[in-house]
Amino acid sequence: MPLTIIQVGRIVKLVAVEAGGGLQGRLAAMGLVPGVEMEVLRNTPHGPFLIGVKGSRIMLGRGMAQKIRVM
Amino acid sequence: MKSRIIVALAGNPNSGKTTLFNALTGARQHVGNYPGVTVERKEGSLRHGNFDMQIIDLPGTYSLTAYSDEEKIARNFIIEEKPDVVVDVLDSSNLERNLYLAVQLMELGVPLVLAFNMSDMARARGYEFDLDKLSRFFGARIVQTVGNKEQGIQELLDAVTATATEGGGAISRPTDKAVNADNENQGGVHGFQGQAPSINYGSEIEEEINKVKNLIIQDGVAVGKYDARWLAVKLLENDKELRDFIGSPALNEQVEKSIAHIEKVIGEHLETAIAGRRYGFISGACRESVRSTIEIRHTTSDKIDSVVTNRVLGLPVFLGLMYLVFHLTFTLGEPPMGWIEACFGWLGGIVEGWWPEGSESLLKSLLLDGIIGGVGGVVVFLPNILLLFLAIAILEDSGYMARAAFIMDRLMRKIGLHGKSFIPMLIGFGCSVPAIMATRTLENRRDRLTTMLVVPLMSCGARLPIYALIIPAFFPQVWHGPVLWIIYVIGIVLAVASAKFLRSTVLKGESVPFVMELPPYRMPTVKGIFIHMWERGWLYLKKAGTVVLGISILLWAMTTFPGLSDDRAAQFETARREILGGTMPEAEKTARLAAILNEEAEAALQSSLAGRIGYAMEPLLRPMGFDWKIGTALIGAFAAKEVFVAQMGIIHSIGEADEESETLREKLKKNYTPLVGFCIMLFCLISAPCMVTIAVTRRESNSWGWALFQLGGLTLLAYGITVLVYQAGRFLGIGVV
Repeated sequence: MPLTIIQVGRIVKLVAVEAGGGLQGRLAAMGLVPGVEMEVLRNTPHGPFLIGVKGSRIMLGRGMAQKIRVM
Repeated sequence: MKSRIIVALAGNPNSGKTTLFNALTGARQHVGNYPGVTVERKEGSLRHGNFDMQIIDLPGTYSLTAYSDEEKIARNFIIEEKPDVVVDVLDSSNLERNLYLAVQLMELGVPLVLAFNMSDMARARGYEFDLDKLSRFFGARIVQTVGNKEQGIQELLDAVTATATEGGGAISRPTDKAVNADNENQGGVHGFQGQAPSINYGSEIEEEINKVKNLIIQDGVAVGKYDARWLAVKLLENDKELRDFIGSPALNEQVEKSIAHIEKVIGEHLETAIAGRRYGFISGACRESVRSTIEIRHTTSDKIDSVVTNRVLGLPVFLGLMYLVFHLTFTLGEPPMGWIEACFGWLGGIVEGWWPEGSESLLKSLLLDGIIGGVGGVVVFLPNILLLFLAIAILEDSGYMARAAFIMDRLMRKIGLHGKSFIPMLIGFGCSVPAIMATRTLENRRDRLTTMLVVPLMSCGARLPIYALIIPAFFPQVWHGPVLWIIYVIGIVLAVASAKFLRSTVLKGESVPFVMELPPYRMPTVKGIFIHMWERGWLYLKKAGTVVLGISILLWAMTTFPGLSDDRAAQFETARREILGGTMPEAEKTARLAAILNEEAEAALQSSLAGRIGYAMEPLLRPMGFDWKIGTALIGAFAAKEVFVAQMGIIHSIGEADEESETLREKLKKNYTPLVGFCIMLFCLISAPCMVTIAVTRRESNSWGWALFQLGGLTLLAYGITVLVYQAGRFLGIGVV
């Protein structure tokens, strides 16, 4: 399921990033690789999306978050 | 043995790299730009024992794949300039993520030292490291440091020296087989001697790596530059720059085939898979050598964020802080600006005293109007620049700037800009020069250029005297406020529209998806802030100063030469003598003499190059309702917008006027319609930003092309809009009497 429907406070596992290779690599360099656990810290209808990954806080655009599949 | 060591400082953004760099080099720094890009290059030097060290602060990066300018630069520096040692600065309170870059440096086979920075924070968070073990895993010496307290600096330098003197230049790993990590290193505190271990990517990937590697060795293309295994991995990661570098079709074909094969077998993107394996290696290493004693879920940073980025409070807090920055920059800056002006005035007075009173001399005019006036006009902004960068440094170093981007992002994204663009645009209301310099906080080149190009549309403080002169001359009292407001709003609307336009035309291109790390809040160090402030101030003085000096001398020459013909000069001289020899009362004599002086100044300006250009341009200016006098004044306004007022005074032969001059207002009222008055303001708002702005844009964009594009684009826009408004006004009969 897409990251955008996950409620704040839940911890989910990244399954895949549905994006081009370059973007995947970029996210991977920031710690977003399949299997990594992340906590949804902020999820408001229109603003950016905030997640906690490996001890850092990462802000994603909503479009970006839509492309991240988690479980 | 070498006595000079070149050290490259690498590390993630927010790892405290710059703080450590400041702690290492203090004020012995030099800032420049990497050729062709807007990324800063910082260097510093120091002496440690018998060694001179040159330290290069590479841009902060998450990886060594060429995703951005910063990453390309960091990587190319390491590969091409072969520093003796690379120090990777890591935020040790967030180790796993930070080790990703370390792994890539390790794979590159460079002599590596890991600085576990912010080790005090790591301790507070309950992390315990087995440094000897980690050191063996990563094939590098490890030193714990606390950059903002300057702890661990000597130990770090010792480790750098030891690593550098071990011999073995960069990227000359003798073998590339995977090395078992635990057969090295006896004793030596967290030290490591010998070969770097490498990562095993698993049989499917390893097989293809070997195929590609063998082709690379056969091909010989990378000899002496890249390690074959490293290059093979990067090619499989589909690194654009390196793929372009490889000319061989056979090799490219193999790479394509390998990627397709692996992706089919493992069912995921190869880049992600490779990154995943690297993280696997890191997790494995950390599982064995890092212990976490306390589980902290909600840190102080999160608590601050719950207020500062709160849906309701976020915006007011942000606007309040911005107001403070604005206020600080322009109110606190006022007194020192006054002192600087007084200083230059005093200097001008001294220079003037070298010539007998009333005498005219070209050299005097050059020194007074050209050089002192021009340089003074630049230096006078220095307090603004310093204060602004003081405020920005505090916001940035504390970690707030990332939150500001978070809050403003939604709004700014609608006009095709980044959340961080808001700050330069706000500062633009004060002065475009610091605003353009403030675009440095934008990492993305397109966002940065767009912001830089539209900033002059935010009506700056220097344009206010023009409005202050014209509005009361043409508009009734009740309209003063609304007209001023309209002018400012037009600027904002145009800035938004231009940004959108640029983003969908010239600066189009794949929009960089919005991903950004929110660093934890930190106390900025006084040293860091002052170094930052000093750097900006010095850069401003040096670069803008040299260009501006040149242009202001040029403008001086344009408004001075060729001067009055001998006949005309003689006429004025005769007129003066007649009055002096006449019998009228003293007061009238003085008044008449002043009138002649003004007329002479007008005639001189009229016959000067600027006057002639203004004259020649008149047919072009007519559609906007401007005559040659306005044209000539506009040329002068290129030096600084407020000069327009003084030039209008001279050309209407009432001497140097200011914006409060009633005589000048009367003249304007007699000569022009309110519609023309409005068009003057409109044109001054939009057109050619002043030369300091152009010089700064040139510096910050690192290209004359963009600076001239800004100059030309804005002038054309101004022309188009002003013509439209004037013609429409005339057609509809608005403001023509």
